[in-house]
Amino acid sequence: MDKRLTHILPKVQKPARYTGGEYNQVIKSKADVDLRMALCFPDTYEIGMSNLGIKILYGITNEMEGVWCERVFAPWGDMENEMRKSHIPLWALESGDPLSEFDIIGFSLGYEMAYTNVLNMLDLAGIPIHSSERTELLPIVFAGGTSCCNPEPMADFFDLMAIGEGEDMNRELLLLLREAKRGGWAKAEFLSKAAEIGGIYVPSFYEPFYNSDGTLSELRVKDGAPELVTKRIVEDFDNSYFPTSPVVPSTEIVHDRVTLELFRGCIRGCRFCQAGYAYRPVRSRSVDKLEEQGIASLENTGYQEITLSSLSTSDYRPLGRLCDGLLDYCVPRSIGLSLPSLRADNFSIELMGKVQQVRKSGLTFAPEAGTQRLRDAINKNVSEEDLLNTCRIAFEGGWSNVKLYFMLGLPTETDEDVLGIADLAMKVLALWKQHASNKSRGVRITVSTSCFVPKPHTPFQWEAQVDMDEYRRRVSLLRSHLRAKAITYNWHDADTSLIEAVLSRGDRRIGAVIEEVWRSGGKLDSWSEYFSFGRWISAFEKCGLDPKFYACRERNIDELLPWSRVSMGVKPEFMWNERQKCYRAELSPDCRKKCTACGALSLMSGGRCDE
Amino acid sequence: MNESSLRLRLSKTGRAVYISHLDLMRTMQRAFLRADMPLKYSEGFNPHAQISFALPLSLGTASECELMDFKLSSFMALPEIAFRLNRVLPEGLHVQEVYEQDRKFRHIKWLDVEGVFEYNLRSPALVLPELTDFFARDGIVIEKKTKSGTGEMDISPAIRSILFDCGSTTVTLRATLSAQEPTMNPDNLVSALRQLAPDLAPDFAYFTRKQVYDADMNVFR
Repeated sequence: MDKRLTHILPKVQKPARYTGGEYNQVIKSKADVDLRMALCFPDTYEIGMSNLGIKILYGITNEMEGVWCERVFAPWGDMENEMRKSHIPLWALESGDPLSEFDIIGFSLGYEMAYTNVLNMLDLAGIPIHSSERTELLPIVFAGGTSCCNPEPMADFFDLMAIGEGEDMNRELLLLLREAKRGGWAKAEFLSKAAEIGGIYVPSFYEPFYNSDGTLSELRVKDGAPELVTKRIVEDFDNSYFPTSPVVPSTEIVHDRVTLELFRGCIRGCRFCQAGYAYRPVRSRSVDKLEEQGIASLENTGYQEITLSSLSTSDYRPLGRLCDGLLDYCVPRSIGLSLPSLRADNFSIELMGKVQQVRKSGLTFAPEAGTQRLRDAINKNVSEEDLLNTCRIAFEGGWSNVKLYFMLGLPTETDEDVLGIADLAMKVLALWKQHASNKSRGVRITVSTSCFVPKPHTPFQWEAQVDMDEYRRRVSLLRSHLRAKAITYNWHDADTSLIEAVLSRGDRRIGAVIEEVWRSGGKLDSWSEYFSFGRWISAFEKCGLDPKFYACRERNIDELLPWSRVSMGVKPEFMWNERQKCYRAELSPDCRKKCTACGALSLMSGGRCDE
Repeated sequence: MNESSLRLRLSKTGRAVYISHLDLMRTMQRAFLRADMPLKYSEGFNPHAQISFALPLSLGTASECELMDFKLSSFMALPEIAFRLNRVLPEGLHVQEVYEQDRKFRHIKWLDVEGVFEYNLRSPALVLPELTDFFARDGIVIEKKTKSGTGEMDISPAIRSILFDCGSTTVTLRATLSAQEPTMNPDNLVSALRQLAPDLAPDFAYFTRKQVYDADMNVFR
């Protein structure tokens, strides 16, 4: 280990985050390796190590002969200060080598508030932040992950962006880079070849032009790049790679457990949900594979908890059978099984009883809206009856802790919808009083609201976000109606939601704002300790841009959207039609009831979704 | 049967010295599961693995003699336990031996540490005699943080012996310190210098725990 590092580690919080050396880390001999990749997560170790995408890419990349992929995370502020004081450039955990020694640096972009961390990490590594300043072939700096579905806000910083699922794309990209490295290609040559790989968006090949009102007039294609970059998917998800020997951290992380991925995509089509559209079509894994992967992962890690993860886990058809199979293994070994994101409509007593065998955790539901009308408008197929029915069963079964998640500021929301949230919470409380099997333990109902952020590639991509004052008014309206002692009300602050809304639907000019925020000290913006609204507002002013233009403005159907060169498979006409249906509070069937011909099936070379 | 209490001696070096005491407990539990050797769990509402370490080690300090007690839920030959664990431990953790224990941890009294003092500006050869003089004092009273604020402690009775030697850029030391009643953390040697003889305080110091003994200076196992 670098001697300078041993001197600063005792001074920082949780130093085990910075040392590497964990069980299952992949160490290769540099003599056997001709391509080195730094897989970067632009947030702390505890967050990044919990991310399934990182585990998949780490595993699959290290399976490649001659390629060594290592992990890099953002240091916490105390560590960053010590690193800068001692002039230690950002390093990768496995080898301890600085990022500048790597051939390719890949960032996983899962949420917009991590954008400033990307610049900070590059700077800590001594690598110029702009793609245009990096004139040599190496290192190539790129990004993948859900946030790349609007690549424009970060376009100045990345050489290329990978749209969609990375399993195959990452491999193809690395093979091309190996060829480029051997052939001594110029960077421009590599980029134009890379643009031929399906799913690769090379920002420098798309030049934005603007109208006098500030909207985009053209995103001009240069150098023969594709007119439209279509996201990549793993077609045969059942047989695709799953990391059954992930790195086991030696210090506690956020999700310190085995995560099984039941399926990708979601049959539901909630109109606000980016993941629900961006991950279509639905592809699932078989029960046998999942059991095998779950047991292998538990054996290879020693974890004592396993969770079943997917966008809507209870929509996995053979969920009961899978739980039975896993519980046969878990119960005798005191291993906990947990099921996140349950829907209130098909949650059975049986399933609840099963999971309860090991540990009884709280129940979490996300009705998202307070009235049936608004739930229909957003296509959240949950009825009040189903929700209350499920809560009744839960209370009878001894649960006494219920969390309810809602959004404020959804399109078409009125005060009646806001007050509907309070009504619903009060009804849940009344149910507990009526049905609780053990009243002496008391009840805790937590209502949480966040401010709706319209996202690209959803039916609400044309919507205006409610402005901050209006959001705050709705929060206090709801607050004044949630007075019961057993109900706790948490609300998300409006400031971050506004910034998130700008970054989500921003164009290329937003890059200058991100850079300005970072230059004035911004980083770790998803942490309230670090986020500064004032810093963002001054950056907007300095760049002559109005955040409300991006967040709170309704787009019309003819407006050219900054992410229009990217296709996530779902047709824009389909999304526009879904938006119109929202205004009529009209439901769309889920993919299982009836195919709505959204377009995502065209991503598959054959077969159908959700088989 | 080894229903009886087992003990293992573990070395903790390299990158593993930054694993905290609590994290080490979790890491060991996971290692036993990976090695397919279930630990015996406590009975009761919230069962937990019955493992315990003798003397919690400070973050950043290496050790060649961490002692951990545990019970297995089924029989296994002792050498097999060490072999299986060493295949599944993270870098820097290594089981040196596994045996049936017959003495409680409370019989531990002394421990040996090796330390390295680094000086950026002063020459080790010049500091050395002053260090020796300093620790030869009869009373070395330092301020110590306790649970209820700060207290005073005379560390001189807790230092059974201390020897300094001189390298080209560092001073090395070997000391026998009181392990329990009172607990003397080797970092207290540096605090003493900072508080009472700041000129002698090293710019950086690190330690390795080498050996543990009972009250009669017999090696404790």
